[in-house]
Amino acid sequence: MDSHISIKDLNVYYGANQALKSVDLEIPRNQITAIIGPSGCGKSTLLKTLNRFHDLVDNTRVEGEVKFDDIDIYAPDVDVTEVRTKIGLIAQRPYLLPMSIFDNVAFGLRIHDMTNRREVKGHVEKYLKLAGLWDEVKDRLTQPATSLSIGQQQRLCLARGLAVEPEVLLGDEPTSALDPISAKNIEGSLKELKSQYTIVIVTHVLRQARRLADYVVFMYLGELVEAGPASKVLSSPKDPRTKAYLSGEM
Amino acid sequence: MKLSLAGSRSALRRIFSDKLAARSFLLAASLPLLLLLLMAAALLFRTLPIFQFVSPWEFLTGDLWRPSQGEFGLSTFISGTLWVTLLALILAVPPCIFASIFLVEYARRGTLRGILPAIDLLAGIPSVVYGVWGLLVVVPLVPRLGQFLRGVFGDLPFLTSSNPTGFSILAGGIVLAVMISPIIVSITVEVLRTVPQGVREAALAVGATRWQAIKHAVLPNALPGIIAAAVMGLSRAFGETLAVMMVVGNTPAIPRSVFDPGYPLTALIANNYGEMMSIPRYDAALMGAALLLLVVVIIFNVLSAMVLARLGQEVSS
Amino acid sequence: MSMQKRWWRRAHLEESLFGVLMRLSAVVLVLALAGILGSVLVRGLPAMSWDMITKAPEGGFYLGGGGGLLNAILGSLYLAGGGTVLAFLVSLPIALGLNVYAPSSRWATFTRLTLDVLWGVPSLVYGAFGFLIMISMGMRASLGAGILVVSLLQIPIMVRGMDEVMRLIPSGQKEAAFGLGATKLEMARAVVLRQSLPGIFTAVLLAFGRGIGDAASVLFTAGFTDRIPTSLAGPAASLPLAVFFQLSSPFPEVRARGYAAALILTVLILIVSGLSRALARRLSRNVVN
Ligand SMILES: Nc1ncnc2c1ncn2[C@@H]1O[C@H](COP(=O)(O)OP(=O)(O)OP(=O)(O)O)[C@@H](O)[C@H]1O
Ligand SMILES: [Mg+2]
Repeated sequence: MDSHISIKDLNVYYGANQALKSVDLEIPRNQITAIIGPSGCGKSTLLKTLNRFHDLVDNTRVEGEVKFDDIDIYAPDVDVTEVRTKIGLIAQRPYLLPMSIFDNVAFGLRIHDMTNRREVKGHVEKYLKLAGLWDEVKDRLTQPATSLSIGQQQRLCLARGLAVEPEVLLGDEPTSALDPISAKNIEGSLKELKSQYTIVIVTHVLRQARRLADYVVFMYLGELVEAGPASKVLSSPKDPRTKAYLSGEM
Repeated sequence: MKLSLAGSRSALRRIFSDKLAARSFLLAASLPLLLLLLMAAALLFRTLPIFQFVSPWEFLTGDLWRPSQGEFGLSTFISGTLWVTLLALILAVPPCIFASIFLVEYARRGTLRGILPAIDLLAGIPSVVYGVWGLLVVVPLVPRLGQFLRGVFGDLPFLTSSNPTGFSILAGGIVLAVMISPIIVSITVEVLRTVPQGVREAALAVGATRWQAIKHAVLPNALPGIIAAAVMGLSRAFGETLAVMMVVGNTPAIPRSVFDPGYPLTALIANNYGEMMSIPRYDAALMGAALLLLVVVIIFNVLSAMVLARLGQEVSS
Repeated sequence: MSMQKRWWRRAHLEESLFGVLMRLSAVVLVLALAGILGSVLVRGLPAMSWDMITKAPEGGFYLGGGGGLLNAILGSLYLAGGGTVLAFLVSLPIALGLNVYAPSSRWATFTRLTLDVLWGVPSLVYGAFGFLIMISMGMRASLGAGILVVSLLQIPIMVRGMDEVMRLIPSGQKEAAFGLGATKLEMARAVVLRQSLPGIFTAVLLAFGRGIGDAASVLFTAGFTDRIPTSLAGPAASLPLAVFFQLSSPFPEVRARGYAAALILTVLILIVSGLSRALARRLSRNVVN
């Protein structure tokens, strides 16, 4: 397996409370990895270690090694903003930047030094198309982003995340705030994107994992219980805890 | 692909300006503490000479104030400040809480929407304007109120006085009460509105009347915020200078009744700063009075922060 | 059954008692506040004239002679305007320091407590402090010193107002910018500043209002003069002090001008407040809520 991110002996603490316990995981390149498990088992915590979001909170401690290709993203000489550029995140709810539709996508381009207006315009169009939003917004790009529907907002966030050209896309339940049709739209986009990106999503919906995932990770109480190709983990799990969860007994 | 600091030029520039901003913003954020310390130090430094002359205890509790004879006792002025401030709080806090409850819980939405901007606007009206109102309306009314009370109840403690004018503690208290009420109402309304609807519904669902729901469910939830509102009102009233000075009489005697004139600390300082350099130690005494105001404000705030932290824990647990 | 009835009756007695109290309180409050605006209007309007706002005091002004209040109007605008600019330059970094760069939440709590204390410090104490600094540097009461002290007084008001809106920004929104690889500074500009723009604006105008209405701080530091201020080194008059001084005059004509000054002051505050409301609405176009 060609792994894009490799995690070794990862422990995360919120104050005195340990949320991840000695996690080892290889995340395959250009595939969709789904992290599943009951509420509070540490899925979001694991995802946030991948783009160093724990840096933003007091009292959170991360121990262990997270290698992105061959670079330890927690090494002292690594620039956290660059990590987050390479490893993008689609949040659970669409959090808009307080600007127009166009500027929401252009923001990332501009901070990464794209100054040529034509180039910015071209990129904004390209990624809005990739997120499947272009046709709906092309005539109202200067309107406040808040004027979009929730589903459109989430696709805008997807376009915004894609525009900075990351290699990995993280999604923490990226469809859970959406209606079924918008959710389908996002799922479709993710499927199309996987040839160019490594995608990691957290999901509560088993059927979504079945529909999307190539690779599945099951977590329980801060531990990584089982990880493997989706077909194996979902249909013939080895661990009894995975079995119990998949059969809805948890 | 490279992820290390030795990345592109532009990355270096971005990180540099971020570091620079962090430094300067954190430096700026240390200025408030610096200002507070500097203020206390400067006032203390100028006050110290007085203590070679009177002890700190005498300075605070002595009731003789004759600067030209070297007698400096602040107790008259301290009691003036206390009377006026307490009276203002007593007059302002209960009605403000009632009015806020009415606006949030009983009045129609439109009423609240119409009144709130007006309240905010009144909170911004300069205190001297409240003083003008006091002079025009309150001061003339006070003696009549005094006569009325005496006619009905005879001689009452704290309410009887021979002061024929309206320049009195009561006038000061009323002016301050009205001055701080927009602040108190504005914060209390805000606090009451943030109490979740579910809290009210839970009480109403077990058969409470509307007022009972408010008393037993809403008010306990809002208590920390209401205390904060009262403390803010208190701070304003306590340190107000001009509006009080205009109506309180400024007679240096310990008041026995709310109809007596008084002389708060702020008025003392403002009235005499002009000649303070011409009488020895006068400046030290007046700066001592200012220091006293500062110390009291610090104590107030620290205490209320502690109470609020405690209450906040209780409410959240 | 009868016990229940008694309970029911008591509850309803209490209900109507407090209902009356609440309505009464609201009415008294509204009447008192309306009375303030009313009395200033009734006494100030007759004394208003074109001269009041276009002329400085002329000879014998304080005995009822000619002239107007332009010295105090301009003095107040300069004091509050200058103070507001200075205070803004310090307050915005403080607010961003608190909300973007705070090294820990305990540090932020402590800094906020300091600011609360400063908010509560009487303006007279700011004045006394400014006075001490002034005489220790050999300066005299002047527009410059007044501006400095007013700005000190405004800083906690401004920071508080800015902080209040910045704290409400959901962390998810900040993370949205960080997730794109933004530095804290870039996040602050894209999210915090834009999202709180209306609030920042309101805070600035609120502080301006406090600056223009404050008397005790400038009493010590800016002095008073009948001339229109022309330099930072010279003294400057202000409206609140004009009100105060003229109301203590024995001449009814002079007192009437005190009322006029109070009216002008009130109208200025009303304008600032109206402006703040109108602009805040306009600035919130892109704000996410
Ligand atoms: N900021 C925090 N401070 C303290 N504890 C936290 C914090 N965030 C999460 N936790 C705790 O860490 C554990 C893992 O949380 P996490 O959010 O990763 O769970 P999750 O698997 O994403 O759950 P869900 O499916 O409900 O989103 C939980 O017990 C949670 O209570
Ligand atoms: Mg989660």
